[in-house]
Amino acid sequence: MVAAGIDIGSTGTKAVLFDGEIRASIVVPTGWDPKAAGLEAFRQALDCAGIAEGDVHSIVGTGYGRVSLPIFDRKVTEITCHARGAHFLHPETRSVIDIGGQDSKVISVDEHGRVAEFAMNDKCAAGTGRFLQVMAGVLDVSLEQLGQLAVGATPARISSMCAVFAESEVIGLLARGADKGSIAAGIFHSIAGRIQGLAGKVTLSHRVTFSGGVALNRELCSAIGASLGVDMCVPHAPQMVGALGAAIMGFEA
Amino acid sequence: MREICASFDEIAGLRERNAIALKVAKDRGRKVVGTYCLFSPVELIVAAGAIPVSLCGTSATPIPAAEKVLPRSLCPLIKSSYGFALTDTCPFFHFSDLLLAETTCDGKKKMYELLGRMKPLHLMQLPQVQDEAALEYWVLELKRLTRRLEQAFDVQITPEKLAAAVLLLNEERRSLKALQDLLKRKPAPISGMDLLTVLHNRGFTVDKREAIGLIDRLTAELAGLSDNGFSPFTSRTPRILLTGVPVGIGSEKVVRLVEELGGSVVCFESCGAYKKVDPVLPGKDLLRSIAEKYLRVPCSCMSPNTGRLQLLEKLVQEFQADGVIDLTWQGCHTYNVESFTVKRHLQETVQVPFLQIETDYSESDTEQLKVRIEAFLEVIGTRRGGRP
Ligand code: SF4
Ligand code: SF4
Repeated sequence: MVAAGIDIGSTGTKAVLFDGEIRASIVVPTGWDPKAAGLEAFRQALDCAGIAEGDVHSIVGTGYGRVSLPIFDRKVTEITCHARGAHFLHPETRSVIDIGGQDSKVISVDEHGRVAEFAMNDKCAAGTGRFLQVMAGVLDVSLEQLGQLAVGATPARISSMCAVFAESEVIGLLARGADKGSIAAGIFHSIAGRIQGLAGKVTLSHRVTFSGGVALNRELCSAIGASLGVDMCVPHAPQMVGALGAAIMGFEA
Repeated sequence: MREICASFDEIAGLRERNAIALKVAKDRGRKVVGTYCLFSPVELIVAAGAIPVSLCGTSATPIPAAEKVLPRSLCPLIKSSYGFALTDTCPFFHFSDLLLAETTCDGKKKMYELLGRMKPLHLMQLPQVQDEAALEYWVLELKRLTRRLEQAFDVQITPEKLAAAVLLLNEERRSLKALQDLLKRKPAPISGMDLLTVLHNRGFTVDKREAIGLIDRLTAELAGLSDNGFSPFTSRTPRILLTGVPVGIGSEKVVRLVEELGGSVVCFESCGAYKKVDPVLPGKDLLRSIAEKYLRVPCSCMSPNTGRLQLLEKLVQEFQADGVIDLTWQGCHTYNVESFTVKRHLQETVQVPFLQIETDYSESDTEQLKVRIEAFLEVIGTRRGGRP
C-alpha cells in the first residue's frame, strides 16, 4: 500500500509518497497554477519512487490549494497534517511551529500526533514568510543571505510588527547607516516576538518542532528558540512536514 | 428550507414588509424608538405606545461612509450602525422619532454622542457591575427614561400598561426560546444560518403579537418535520455553539463558513439570540423587576461578567455542543480580552474544544478563516474517535 500527500502552498507545492516509510519527497514552485503544480509534484514523486499511479491507493491534499485538485480522495487542513508529520518524525513532539508564506501557526499535539489546540496569526503578514520576504527585499538580499547576515550580529530594534510599517522602519535604519547584519538579526527577533505572542495562546511544551520552508533558515530557528526559551527541533526537510502528514493520513485511512 | 416550510418563507420577507408597515403606522401617528442593544428596556417603549425597532448595524455596506468620521480600527458593529445613520440608508433609523442608547462599551458610548447630533437620543447611564447599589441606580435610570418617553410622546406609562408590556415581551421571549430550544435535538432540525435569518428578520417586526404567532407556527412546523426525521444534518455533524459579539445577516460570515465546512451551529449565545430569552421575573415592584432583568444581561461590558460563563456552561451541556467558537470583532476590547477567561473556564469545566475568531465584516480573510474552522472541525472529529 502506498499513499500520496500533496501540499499545495502559496509558494511551493510538495508531494510525498509513503508506505510506512517515505518513498519520495518532491518540491516544485506553485507558480500561478496550483492545480498544475499539484499534478506535476505528484508525477515527479511517482517517477522518483518508480511507482505507478494505479498503485497509489489514497491521495490526500492539504495547503491552500487543496480545494483545486479533483484527484484527492480526501482533503485535510495543513494544521492537522503538520501535527501528524511532525509526530512521525519526532514522536516526542508536543508543539509544532509552522511559519508559512501567508500565515504562521502554533499547534499543540498530543501523544498520538493529534491536534489538541492551535493558534494562527490574524489577518496581517506580521510573523509570516511574507514578512521575511519583504524585509529581505528591502535589504536587497536573498532569504539565505538574510540568515547568514544575522549570524553573530547584535539585533537592531525593529518595533513594528506590521510589514508595511516595518519596511519604512528598516529603510530608516539603513538611511541612518545601520549595519545590515544587525538589521537582519532585528528582523528575526521581530518575527520571534510575534510567534511568541501566538505561542502564548496555546500550551507550549518544551518539545517543539519547527516545520515549514522558513525553518530552513537556521538563524531564524535559533532566534525563535531563544525567545521562547525552548530547544527547537528542526527536521531535515521542514518544508515537507505537511505533505508527509497528509500521506500518513492517507496510509492509515 | 423555504420549499418545505411555509412560515420560514414568510419570516424571510419580514424586513421588507415591515419597513412599509412601519411607515403606515407612523402615518397613523404611532411613534418609533430605535434601540441598539440588549440593555434597552423595551417594556417601557411598548408601555409608552411606541414601536421599538432594532438598529444594530450588521452590514458592511455603510462602513466606508462611517470611516470618514470614525477611526478605522473601531469595531465594525459601531461603524456599521453609525454609517447607516450617516447615509440615511436604513428605513428603520429614518422612521425613528427617538434613539435609545446606553453607556455600554467605550466605542458605542462615544459614537452615541455623534448620533445625538442627528436625532433626539436618550442615553441611559448603565452601571458596569451587577450588584445592589448598581440596581438602585439602574432603577433611577429606568425612571428617568419613563419621564423622557412620557414627555416626548405626551403619554402616561401607567402600571397597567407596564404590566401588559411585560407580559407581551415575556411571551415573545418564550416563543423565541422555544424556537431555539428545538436545535437541542440531535441532529438539529434547522441550520444555524436559517435560525439566524429568522432571528434577524424578526427584529424588524412592527406588530409583536403577529410575530409571536409566526414564530410559534414556525416552531411547530419544524418540530413536525424533525419528528419525521427531517434535518439538513446527521447525528455525526459537529455541533457548534457560537458565543461572543452580536451577529446578524450581513455579519454572518463565520456562521456560513462553519456550515459550509460541515458543521452545524446549534446555539447562538450572543445577544440577539439566547441572551435575549431571559424573562422579567414577577415581583412586587414591576419597574424593579424590569431593572433586574436588564442588569442581569451577561455582556462583556460588565465586570466581572460571571453570568456569561455560567450561561455558556449550561448551554454547552443542554445543546450537546462538540465545540465552542468565540467570535470577537476587531476593535472590541471587552470581548477580545474576555475570550481568555471564557476559554479557561470552559477548559476547566465542560472541556469542549474552543476556538476564538477575531475578524470584521469584510470577506478579506475568508481563506484563513476556512483553514482555522476546518482544522477546528477536524479536532472535534478526532476527539470523537474519527480518523486522525
Ligand atoms: S454585546 Fe453587549 S453592548 Fe453589544 S449589543 Fe449586546 S448587550 Fe449590547
Ligand atoms: S462588539 Fe464590542 S466593541 Fe462592538 S459594540 Fe459590541 S461591545 Fe462594543
